[in-house]
Amino acid sequence: MKYSIFSLAKAALSGHKGWTRAWRDPAPKSHYDVIIIGGGGHGLATAYFLANEYGIRNVAVLEKGWIGSGNAGRNTTIIRSNYGLPGNTGFYEMSMKLWERMEQDLNYNAMVSQRGIINLYHSDAQRDAFARRGNTMRINGIDAELLDAVQIRKELPFLNYDSPRFPIMGGLLQRRGGTARHDAVVWGYARAADQRGVDIIQNCEVTGFVRDHNGKITGVETSRGKISAGKVGMAVAGNTSRVAAMAGMKLPIESHVLQAFVSEAIKPLIPGVITFGAGHFYISQSDKGGLVFGGDLDGYNSYAQRGNMPVIEDVCEGGMAVMPMIGRVRMLRQWGGIMDMSMDGTPIIDKTPIDGLYLNAGWCYGGFKATPASGLVFAHLLARDEPHPEAARFRLDRFRRGAMIDEKGQGAQPNLH
Amino acid sequence: MRIACPFCGERENGEFTYLGDASPKRPNFAVDSGESPEGVEDAFYDYVYLRDNVAGYMREYWYHGGGCRSWLIAERNTVTHEFRSVTAAPGVGAAKPVQAGE
Repeated sequence: MKYSIFSLAKAALSGHKGWTRAWRDPAPKSHYDVIIIGGGGHGLATAYFLANEYGIRNVAVLEKGWIGSGNAGRNTTIIRSNYGLPGNTGFYEMSMKLWERMEQDLNYNAMVSQRGIINLYHSDAQRDAFARRGNTMRINGIDAELLDAVQIRKELPFLNYDSPRFPIMGGLLQRRGGTARHDAVVWGYARAADQRGVDIIQNCEVTGFVRDHNGKITGVETSRGKISAGKVGMAVAGNTSRVAAMAGMKLPIESHVLQAFVSEAIKPLIPGVITFGAGHFYISQSDKGGLVFGGDLDGYNSYAQRGNMPVIEDVCEGGMAVMPMIGRVRMLRQWGGIMDMSMDGTPIIDKTPIDGLYLNAGWCYGGFKATPASGLVFAHLLARDEPHPEAARFRLDRFRRGAMIDEKGQGAQPNLH
Repeated sequence: MRIACPFCGERENGEFTYLGDASPKRPNFAVDSGESPEGVEDAFYDYVYLRDNVAGYMREYWYHGGGCRSWLIAERNTVTHEFRSVTAAPGVGAAKPVQAGE
């Protein structure tokens, strides 16, 4: 069923009883050309691009729970391409361009809203760093504007401009940045992939790999039986090390918990996304009206999908410091997600040393904005056995070669990226 | 999460800073150990970048910056956040210093 104003009107006239399910619920077949482990945004996008761009349709996406139940449903929905290092700039801008046409491509309303993202600066040194990043972006064809305090005040009059510790001197604005509805992204890719023949198999946990006598991966053991495959791709950020361990692989990744928060719904208040990096705080407002905000990692290894009080306190203090009126709204919900923290803060998309096994991992806390591009480049890798040009620097061996892409300049300490 | 510091007693985890897995040991090669340059490189690559990223009980370094300023080794479950033990790290206070690799 194609979604349109006409299908909506028709369904409305029949009391909305005519809607059919958006994707099938197939039993696993015994063999697929490609199996993707992980039914999050990245896994489903990969399956969609495999079928749509590379003509590989005998594909299964295996998900241990329900699709989008991991980080795809736990992020703060921000999309942006304001990166400064080679490798990142081109990749995230490609992602941004895919966001801009996603709804037409998928025939699904992902509520992509380019309402702008502003990174605030508070010192001369920070302004210089942002000017440099903005220039890098513009040289690479990405939109960026450096605003001073007067211009910021016009857009965001409610911020605390006179804090003695962090006076707001201006900000770097990317107008094409914004937000998207995270669940709709998952559902849109699931429906589009399903329409192109991909089997989405939920409640199917991978429990091991099947290997031939040469060590090549030839399939997976799952809670719903053994399934053979030509190639297996992992898109299980958060649990990458656990799945890799089943294949005997040790990776440059640690799992950390990141918390996020949403307030009660209020009338439109915040026009775009605001980041207060100096205070470890960022915020936007969802279309439903809730203020969606967050800050830093808790800082310790965790697979628990929940965090602790000190970071909640820290995030709320950051909010009060930059936007004192936030103290008048009540927090509605708070949750945690497990981040695949790589050793340089940058993802890994590559073949593994094990024949037949492909890796899409290490998204740190920036995976959501990358969803479409991640799917495209991973599909490219799986289909062609060579990296997509925009992901050619995201190799697994870059740590050994000293070719890290460390946007924050933090070194091999994952909890600080 | 509350951490029972062996010197200060049970404190909230905001007083502590996390370093990470306590199991990687810095490779310690003598100049004439006979190890090949590739072998040394492999050992350092493993030490600096690769992690077991344990799901379950893990030995890890914590620093009690908001208290006694001691380095501690905790055994903590990364899936449930439960602590099994917290002891002084080698070299701290009463504990006996231990060379890397022992």
